[in-house]
Amino acid sequence: MTVKLLDISEINMTNESRRGFIGKAFGAVAGVGAVASLVAMKKTWDPLPSVMSAGFTTVDVSSLAENKLEIVVWRGKPIFLLKYSAAMKPTDGRNIKIGDHYFSVMIGLCTHLGCIPAYNGEIFKCACHGGEFTSDGVNTFGPPPRPLDIPPFKIDGTTLVLGEEGEEYKKMTAKA
Amino acid sequence: MAEFKKAESTLEWFDQRLGVTNLYKVMMSEYWIPKKINFLWAMGVILVMLFKILLISGIFLLMYYKPDVNLAFDSVNYTIMQEVGYGWLMRHIHAVGASVVFLVIYIHMFTGIYYGSYKKGREMIWISGMLLFVLFSAEGFSGYMLPWGQMSYWAAYVITEIFGGIPFIGDELVVWIRGNFYVSDATLTRFFMLHVLLIPLAILGAIAFHFYALRFPHVNNEDGEFFDFDEEAEKYLAGNKKESKVVPFWPVFLSKDFMVLGFFMIFFFYLVFYHYSFAMDAINFDKADGLKTPAHIYPEWYFLWSYEVLRGFFFDIAGISGKDLGLIAFAIANGIFLVFPWLDRSPLVKPANQRPYFKYWFWLLIADLIVLTIYGKLPPTGVNAWVGFFSSMTFLILFALLPVITKMEAKKVGGE
Repeated sequence: MTVKLLDISEINMTNESRRGFIGKAFGAVAGVGAVASLVAMKKTWDPLPSVMSAGFTTVDVSSLAENKLEIVVWRGKPIFLLKYSAAMKPTDGRNIKIGDHYFSVMIGLCTHLGCIPAYNGEIFKCACHGGEFTSDGVNTFGPPPRPLDIPPFKIDGTTLVLGEEGEEYKKMTAKA
Repeated sequence: MAEFKKAESTLEWFDQRLGVTNLYKVMMSEYWIPKKINFLWAMGVILVMLFKILLISGIFLLMYYKPDVNLAFDSVNYTIMQEVGYGWLMRHIHAVGASVVFLVIYIHMFTGIYYGSYKKGREMIWISGMLLFVLFSAEGFSGYMLPWGQMSYWAAYVITEIFGGIPFIGDELVVWIRGNFYVSDATLTRFFMLHVLLIPLAILGAIAFHFYALRFPHVNNEDGEFFDFDEEAEKYLAGNKKESKVVPFWPVFLSKDFMVLGFFMIFFFYLVFYHYSFAMDAINFDKADGLKTPAHIYPEWYFLWSYEVLRGFFFDIAGISGKDLGLIAFAIANGIFLVFPWLDRSPLVKPANQRPYFKYWFWLLIADLIVLTIYGKLPPTGVNAWVGFFSSMTFLILFALLPVITKMEAKKVGGE
């Protein structure tokens, strides 16, 4: 049995429209290829999986001393951890209760121009342009436009996981 | 293959194969430049020379530089500066060259604005030139990161942070550009690639494009006069050199350029040997530390004017935050020069001093840019912040007024 293959010349097509079709077909293939390579190039620039997984910092806060500033690093930023003593008044929406103690958990960068403020036992003072913050990070003096930012966190017993949005964090941001 | 007859001379041998005589005519001896020009027309050749110097010194630095956060600082400050023979010279040439190239770019650019060399057929020259300015800015910024000092790090931090202001995708975009949540090894290696390969390639292409764009509308002259280049070229070739309004690119134009270039190179090497420190910020000799912000962050002098526009808006206006206003103004400041030929609505191609309104506009702009540059370096506190605000506003208002005053100028000139 002979199979008759489709002869393209039998279809009523002029040379021009055939060339036009080939041109469009080529354009489509090139277009798909261009989009695919753009996707690949974008992905090559993405942060690596190791970088993404290093985006979480876990701290056990049970051993921290009262009213003594502890600084941990999360995503290259300093994070202030301040354990409140019984004498210090916690603020709703700014302080976090972990176990039996209240804590300040804040990104330690002045909201003015990103310098790192220092803690003197009562308030945070920024050496760069004189900004001041209370122990729970509310701006009280100088150029800072808003309180110190609170990083996304999750509480897991007495450990604090930075970089993950837990229940308490969502409640806090909903209030603010 | 075409038939070749035996060449009578070496020149003919090359001519048969590469058409060198024709190439020489097109590119050199019969590429016509107007006669009525001054030393400001030499800036293009100076820029070519500076680019060559940067490329060559860069190649030598590249042999010892290590793009790794743990090695970069010492590979520059110890290996290149102290161990490599004349490594310090290569670094100083590269740093001073990068700074001076912007000085000459600005002179080149404002020469173009002063003489109206961006309109009536010369739009593509202007646009390709602005493209080069953008590429050189990217090259300067990415190169400044490489020594991995404190200013390298924090300039990279602040500038990449700017992209965070783009609505919706900002935060993700910043992480994507950096390849990490903060400026890190991934950031350094990718900006190293941009600095030594991708951007220089793009610059080479853009230079070729810029030169090509000159061939059709031709170089402008001191009076902004339009004339038939073919006619003037014929006069010149017929031996009527005195009457002709043009000279050949080589040897006449270039030989004069080389004299200006000679004076410039004396100035350049004077800076390299005796005043290199202006291009080497002291803070950048401390190794990068992501947990210690320098008290005062500022860019290199050539970015100060646009940095001051970014900082100028330090308070909210009509519910838009000062930060966003600064970003919008910054975007406008960096994009507005690109559309300059369409903001100038006057048909007059004349030096600014012969244009009734434009002359005031031009010198006001220069004065404002100088104020912005000076205050961009000062801390943004107290009265400085207000000077920054008013000079940023002046910049925006000047550009908003440009179409209006040039339209008025067109009417006035038309009515005369």
